[in-house]
Amino acid sequence: MKSVAQLKVWRGAPPEEGHYEQYEVPFESGNSVLDGLRYIRSHFDRTLALRFACINANACKECMVMVDGKTVYGCTTRLEAREMRIEPLRNKDWIRDVVSEIGPPDERLPEA
Amino acid sequence: MRNLETDVLVVGAGGAGMYAAVEAARLGSRVILADRGLIGRSGATVMAQMTVAAAMGEPADDSVEAHLADTLQAGRELCEPDLSRLLCEEGLECVREMDTWGVGWARAEGQLTPVMAPGHDRPRCVYVDFLNTGPAVSRTLRTQVIRSPLVQRVGDLCITDLVVHEGRCAGAVGVHLTTGEAVTIVAGAVVLACGGLTRLYARNSASSNMGGDAYALALRAGAPLIDMEFVQFFPIGHLAPRMIGMDPIMWDPFRYKLGGRLLNGLKEEFTHRYGTEDGGRYTITRDQATYAIYKEVEAGRGSPHGGAWLSFEHLPPEQLRAAFGPVVDRLAKNGIDLAKTPIEVAPIAHYHMGGVAVDTRMATVVPGLFVGGEAVGGANGANRLSGNAITEAFAFGRRAGASAAQAVSVLAADAVADPVASASRIERVRAQAQRLIEATLTPGTLPTEANTAAAIDELQTIMSRKVGPFRTEAGLREGLDGVRALATRFHAAPSFAPGAFDPVWLDWFDLRNMTLVAETVTVAALERTESRGAHQREDHPGLDPNWTLHLESRLAGPTDAIALVQSQANPQIALARVPVNAGVAA
Ligand SMILES: Cc1cc2nc3c(=O)[nH]c(=O)nc-3n(C[C@H](O)[C@H](O)[C@H](O)COP(=O)(O)OP(=O)(O)OC[C@H]3O[C@@H](n4cnc5c(N)ncnc54)[C@H](O)[C@@H]3O)c2cc1C
Repeated sequence: MKSVAQLKVWRGAPPEEGHYEQYEVPFESGNSVLDGLRYIRSHFDRTLALRFACINANACKECMVMVDGKTVYGCTTRLEAREMRIEPLRNKDWIRDVVSEIGPPDERLPEA
Repeated sequence: MRNLETDVLVVGAGGAGMYAAVEAARLGSRVILADRGLIGRSGATVMAQMTVAAAMGEPADDSVEAHLADTLQAGRELCEPDLSRLLCEEGLECVREMDTWGVGWARAEGQLTPVMAPGHDRPRCVYVDFLNTGPAVSRTLRTQVIRSPLVQRVGDLCITDLVVHEGRCAGAVGVHLTTGEAVTIVAGAVVLACGGLTRLYARNSASSNMGGDAYALALRAGAPLIDMEFVQFFPIGHLAPRMIGMDPIMWDPFRYKLGGRLLNGLKEEFTHRYGTEDGGRYTITRDQATYAIYKEVEAGRGSPHGGAWLSFEHLPPEQLRAAFGPVVDRLAKNGIDLAKTPIEVAPIAHYHMGGVAVDTRMATVVPGLFVGGEAVGGANGANRLSGNAITEAFAFGRRAGASAAQAVSVLAADAVADPVASASRIERVRAQAQRLIEATLTPGTLPTEANTAAAIDELQTIMSRKVGPFRTEAGLREGLDGVRALATRFHAAPSFAPGAFDPVWLDWFDLRNMTLVAETVTVAALERTESRGAHQREDHPGLDPNWTLHLESRLAGPTDAIALVQSQANPQIALARVPVNAGVAA
């Protein structure tokens, strides 16, 4: 059964302020928000920055985003046939689009 | 540009890379452990939910010899026996060491409770409950890494090329994903532990980091690969409905414990059409199941998503719960009730037997370059036993770390003897790395409408359709044309400088490696005109003893990474036939 989700996705990178862009994403029941974001990259805009590794194992824990103001894993949150607002994490440094800095501080690239 | 320096650079922080880092540090080397994702979270290791094979001899007798015999048997005469022995022997030591580090192998009344797995002659496979093997392994190794003060962990650093200076691997270059900045790393020795290549296929059990980077990096550094045609497909991988948080190969234990009916799109049993009675006990072998599902889909009798149904509807719910307890609840969260509805399964790319050619020190032909884990070729021959891959990651990672540390200590002695020469060497390596960065990270002429993300999807579709588990000459040729056309279309780099977390540049680096590795798999599959283990040629059925040899792949033409990058043509693969057990990297 195909439905359509309206994804309102935060775009941009510092020092810009950022803005929302809207995408209509077709999906099958069971598809995740991460599936939807990946669909946008392949079909509408390859420049959308995402971070994830395991896709659906919920093992890497990299795909954390905010959906409708709540912090969730993109892979465990299902798409729904309505508007869904997707933003980077509020309490982490914003890197680009829906990507935030989530690496533990002592596992980041040293200055030199 | 950021410039780093270390004794040992380990590329990839899965089971193999973390073990390598711990071991090299234990022997006194300073280590940088780099991963394109988060440390210990981005590869196959953390995703593995099943078992680890080792002849622990508890509670019942077992021996390295028995484990080795099973491993060689599964490999259909293509194993490099010395590597297989190392897997069984050193792997066993590592599985014991992991125990002392508190991994928590499942026990009952103080005794290990190893389970049986296909191809093993006795229960030999330890695990961590419940379906928690990979996460426990990763956490345990990560703790050991953190406890090693000599190891510096660097996540979000994608290594894009190795630096070969005066014939020796002397470091690497890469992109810091968070900032888009170029990074050079000068190192005394490098361990490649980037895992396998299953992301090349549309249906896979892979993470986004398994596009075969190790193979591409090794090829461009001049190190040959072997057995690249041997990709292991798991026959009843999960296909639909969408399932989160569960290993896609999880239906295996269900099938062993409970049976399970494999049905086609018309809900008929079908495996008997391919010479195997199923009879609800589901004893069909992996390759037979893969073949039967493929043929049924080809004949237009697939399930809605293009696989087969796996049904447990004939079982009472109590029996399902008794066998799988909490897993039944995890399935319910995914909207799956096995007592009421069947699920869809299909063959998925799961593991790669081939890889970089090494000796028993995990040394390649390029001095200073070592390899560990799934990236290594030869230990599992034409087919891998279940449970052997994590054991291999431990054993080969640890060995590669030790060998790299040893190589570095030789360099260190030289540096003490002649500090001026050593310092000037570091300067020259750095300069070489910077030239490599200029060649690879400079904006190119890729048209802005070229969708790099869609191109990766396209590559995966080609590989699944044409270079999957069942192969023909015509299909492989079409596949090769498709792969080459993609490589040509995406040869030029993106037309803008890499930005912070730049998805187009990351796709482009992935396409560069994935098309090269896909080409390598395809040309080797074309060349091998027989069927053996995971490589099945429909036009050449049956094992041919004349083919009891490895196909070795190297880059034809320039292997100097800068020349390669600057050349307008796609890199080409040259194949050679190499006898088994002749010391492939001698
Ligand atoms: C879902 C699943 C289940 C499995 N189940 C089992 C099982 O039950 N038992 C078993 O024995 N085997 C199993 N396997 C196979 C086994 O998990 C792997 O073969 C093994 O873990 C590989 O370990 P590794 O360290 O070599 O690679 P990985 O664990 O894959 O680690 C490789 C690391 O390298 C990083 N990397 C890659 N490229 C780069 C680059 N260019 N720069 C920097 N970093 C890079 C990746 O991000 C990754 O973190 C399973 C595999 C999968 C996918």
